Amino acid sequence: MKWTIEVGRYDRTQAPKPGTTRPYPPPYENAPAKRYQTFEVELDDQAMVLDALIAIREYQDESLAVRCACRSAICGSCGMWVNGHARLACISKLRDVAQDGKVTVESPPSMPVIRDLVADMTPFWEKNRKVKPWLENKTPVPSGEEYRVPNDAMENLIQEVSCISCGLCLMDCESYGVNPNFIGPAALAKAYRYSADPRDDKTTQRLGEYSKPDGVWDCTHCYECVSVCPKGVAPLEQILKLRRMAVEAGFTDNAGTRHAEAFADSVRDSGRLNELTLMPKSFGLFNIRAQLASLPAAFNMMRAGKLPPIIHHKIPHLERIKTIFKRLGGIK
Amino acid sequence: MKVAFWPGCVSKGACPELYVSMQKIAPTLGLELAELYEAPCTGAGVLTEQNPELAYSLNALTLAMAEREGAALMTICSTCQGVLSGAQYKLSHDEELLQRVNGTLLESGFQYGATTEVKHLLWMLVEDIGLERIRPLVKRKLTGLAVAPFYGCYILRPEEHLGLRERPERSTYLEQIIELVGATPVEYHGKSKCCGFPMLTFNRDTSLKMAGKHLLEAKNKGADVLVTPCPLCHLNLDGQQPDAEGVVKEQIGTPIFHLPQLLGLAFGFEPEELRLNRHVVSTKLALDKVELKV
Repeated sequence: MKWTIEVGRYDRTQAPKPGTTRPYPPPYENAPAKRYQTFEVELDDQAMVLDALIAIREYQDESLAVRCACRSAICGSCGMWVNGHARLACISKLRDVAQDGKVTVESPPSMPVIRDLVADMTPFWEKNRKVKPWLENKTPVPSGEEYRVPNDAMENLIQEVSCISCGLCLMDCESYGVNPNFIGPAALAKAYRYSADPRDDKTTQRLGEYSKPDGVWDCTHCYECVSVCPKGVAPLEQILKLRRMAVEAGFTDNAGTRHAEAFADSVRDSGRLNELTLMPKSFGLFNIRAQLASLPAAFNMMRAGKLPPIIHHKIPHLERIKTIFKRLGGIK
Repeated sequence: MKVAFWPGCVSKGACPELYVSMQKIAPTLGLELAELYEAPCTGAGVLTEQNPELAYSLNALTLAMAEREGAALMTICSTCQGVLSGAQYKLSHDEELLQRVNGTLLESGFQYGATTEVKHLLWMLVEDIGLERIRPLVKRKLTGLAVAPFYGCYILRPEEHLGLRERPERSTYLEQIIELVGATPVEYHGKSKCCGFPMLTFNRDTSLKMAGKHLLEAKNKGADVLVTPCPLCHLNLDGQQPDAEGVVKEQIGTPIFHLPQLLGLAFGFEPEELRLNRHVVSTKLALDKVELKV
């Protein structure tokens, strides 16, 4: 079968020739030397995107830079954008991703680029190091032995241990896309893996660190990381576990916890969300700066006649809701 | 067709234009809306995150109310859809959880049999009503209007909960509706990304940058208007747009339609009837294109 592969070429040392670039969402794409080049390859319908790229490099253009090693989703080195979504090229079948026989591959715009399809993974590894992805245990290892833990304590962590550090989740993380300081999904999943490890004795300190700005509360909860992960690590779910652990450990002086509390109070007391009180309660009543910053939007909404009713209505049979809350507790 | 109708808190709060426009188009579509007035807020994922069993129990109550109506549960909010689909997925895959939840619900007078189908209006349009039956209802073709779909997150992800594995075409329904009403869909990357709303209270700057980024991208690709199936996306893309302009330091001015507003225009309703005059970002320029006034 014939496949058309459009490849985002990028060379820092060369400026693009006039007329060869295609506009890309500005102003977040800052790759002046990016251009798209189209190749045709002949491969059967079981072939992967990586097969096509290797065929191009071997037989058509040896200057194409592509990083790969294992070809079976273990090494995690061929992460790239395939039709605008982060994927491992080695497990993406052409027939599954091609639209009318055409596939576009490029380095994701959220990462710095070394050349062509080779993203610079430095931000990924820096974030990883920040969460201290190693055991912190001051107790000496029992002599002649090792730290012993029950089997099921570790079985709980199998999902997180499956991470192959391919970085797809970071590449497509929307929060990281606009805030490069966000620790990001992979590192936070790793953070959970060590926080929940019974051999680690720094869990509380870890949770305190992870609760700071750019940590667990800066995840926007969009499930993109769950969607792109090739190993089922579901980073978002690990981030939510960290949030629960942090709240339980008493790290509650943040907008995220206040937001959740205000939300739960509103549902318990009226059965519905009270939009009027949710924002101010989440900011913290004495956070004057945040309260003021939210005023223009509130004013605009009011002017458009979009402000929620001042008298917040309760749903009928509220006692049903109150009983459920009484039985299961609120959020703490 | 009768549906158990769950409008969600926001369509009865800060986005009343969504509720009003849905009520307008329902008779045209032949939808009988049996509204669940006694159902609680879904918790928007916030409650699921902090106390999953609490959220599953609250949502099981809503699902049980729909079950009693003997009809599918229809949402007009992607966030409600996501949370209810997630609850339905867990409750129908975990027998022990379902039993515990039914224990919690004992005094409410409801028990849940895990049979309710939860469907957003967008899915209903394509899968239950059918585009061929909607096509003749279009009285006013919106020819020349470039409409950028904005799906947001919770109607697409996680795929297992939302049936995207079985029906991957659900990620194209907005484009199909846009074409159906005679408008032109705008293709852009941000259509399935986060609008930033969930972060608005935690990290306002990040939240507004997300909104601004997608709005700018859609605008630069030629969009006159965005259409969204989620009122929470609407709150960030429309309600916060002036603030987002400040953060990304560019003027945008692109209006956002709710899905029922887009359909309502095509069915011949006047912009005021659909409350297109009650948005933060003026809809005037977009409506000028189809020779309508607000």
